[in-house]
Amino acid sequence: MHETAAAPAWVMLAYLISGVCFILALRGLSSPESSRRGNRFGMTGMAIALATTLVHYVPHAAPAPGLDSYVGPDWMAIGEVLVAIAIGAAIGLVMARRIAMTAMPQLVAAFHSLVGLAAVAVAAAAFLNPIAFGIADAAGVIHQVSRIEMGLGVAIGAVTFSGSVIAFLKLNGNMSGKPIILPLRHVINLGTLAVIVGLVGYFTQDQSPWIFWTVTALSFLIGFLLIIPIGGADMPVVVSMLNSYSGWAAAAMGFTLQNSAMIITGALVGSSGAILSYIMCRAMNRNFISVIAGGFGGDAIAAGAEAAIDRPWKRGSAEDAAFLMKQAELVVIAPGYGMAVAQAQHALREMADLLKKEGVTVKYAIHPVAGRMPGHMNVLLAEANVPYDEVFELEDINSEFSRADVAFVIGANDVTNPAAKTDKTSPIYGMPVLDVEKAKTVLFVKRSMGGVGYAGVDNELFYRDNTMMLLADAKKMVEEIVKAMG
Amino acid sequence: MDFISILSIFVLACFVGYYVVWSVTPALHTPLMSVTNAISSVIIVGALIAAMAGASSPGSKWLGLAAIVMASVNIFGGFAVTARMLAMYKKKERKG
Repeated sequence: MHETAAAPAWVMLAYLISGVCFILALRGLSSPESSRRGNRFGMTGMAIALATTLVHYVPHAAPAPGLDSYVGPDWMAIGEVLVAIAIGAAIGLVMARRIAMTAMPQLVAAFHSLVGLAAVAVAAAAFLNPIAFGIADAAGVIHQVSRIEMGLGVAIGAVTFSGSVIAFLKLNGNMSGKPIILPLRHVINLGTLAVIVGLVGYFTQDQSPWIFWTVTALSFLIGFLLIIPIGGADMPVVVSMLNSYSGWAAAAMGFTLQNSAMIITGALVGSSGAILSYIMCRAMNRNFISVIAGGFGGDAIAAGAEAAIDRPWKRGSAEDAAFLMKQAELVVIAPGYGMAVAQAQHALREMADLLKKEGVTVKYAIHPVAGRMPGHMNVLLAEANVPYDEVFELEDINSEFSRADVAFVIGANDVTNPAAKTDKTSPIYGMPVLDVEKAKTVLFVKRSMGGVGYAGVDNELFYRDNTMMLLADAKKMVEEIVKAMG
Repeated sequence: MDFISILSIFVLACFVGYYVVWSVTPALHTPLMSVTNAISSVIIVGALIAAMAGASSPGSKWLGLAAIVMASVNIFGGFAVTARMLAMYKKKERKG
């Protein structure tokens, strides 16, 4: 156990308050009304943490010879810090303002990579200058517990960084979403992991720089190796998982610095990411281990291509669709990422407005994995001014499809496939799906009959008697329907 | 603080995190991710310590300054993009 130069009580108290603000920030997200206040709590907490650190650790200039022992603050060092914050703030604010909502998953992945790299930099700085962090004795020997914490911090930070970079490249389309499978990858990964753990253990006995830097380098490598075999379809899980890692990295650094704000935040973010990964896995009926092991998405696409067989199906026109929906009492819209890609959400909202004017009730049904990250579809609909109280989650809306006159599927595919409920041989069997086929009529907007969903399976829904296929670009089709209604 | 006190804070915070996050509405999961991103950049505290104690170790100082820039991108970008998203969530306009 080590007692370090304990921070004064007011400093510890301030960090605690900042930690509580972060808890309230997440608590606010339980409903859209309280969410904006929650975000302000988050900013307040951050401001408190920043101000406290700046005041408490303010550097003093080296005493000049001949003067008395008191010297003023080192304005030069403070200036450098403020410039660094200003540069970061400017970049961050511009990115936040410019980013398109469809690109949120990439932005989040990019932000995760920065948290990871910052954690690595902080851990390295603490390793190079342990006395400043109060984690070493006067001779510069770092406390054993701190070495473990530091080793874990740098390892998790590095994995977060390189993993997020790969996730970013895949989401941004700079890298194919197809899994890249290396031979013997499980052996390589487990071996690398074992070496990292072993070195962190050895680090407690010997604080030589080579151990620290080898751990850092291997962790960068394993983050890269872990994410390349994971296919595009599983990216929502990966992004959530990296979210979790960035939290654990912050927590590990919090242990090193004995800072309660960092520990509380790390625990919050760590559990948040873990829970989101769990929700995503459950929504795809995959287990976490098989997602992490990777490889999904590549072979399935090949299988889907063979499954495409000629079966009768019905084609509808925009006029048919407009007529059917105007006669309806309840229309449930099931949007997917395809809608966002076609930028059809604004036209869709226009269509919904026209329907509402005709006295039709319109509801939106969101599958948890619609979109490319948790909650992505809700943001896209909110951006198109769809009121959030018309948007429902899978469990809340599924019983309503049997009452609906029309289910309007746009840009979604696998999440509506009834085979998930009936066909034990289907790769998506067991995945919770939207019961769209229970509606009187299903209108399915799709670019063409060829082509399959992300999971690479044919959709039973296309060939049902109550399904009408609307083959066109999603945005064009919706615009034509709007015209036909007017 | 000794190690056990810190560990206690951590374990209790994990439980708090578990319950708080389950109460987040699924509609706000994307803002949840962006705001957790912003707050996990509280590691800027460590970066500030490194940068301001720089006189004794230039390497540590520059790493600290670099970490400050990265963490600030996240803090300002994360909170701003969260605010931008949350501003879009509107209720149905009731007639009359």
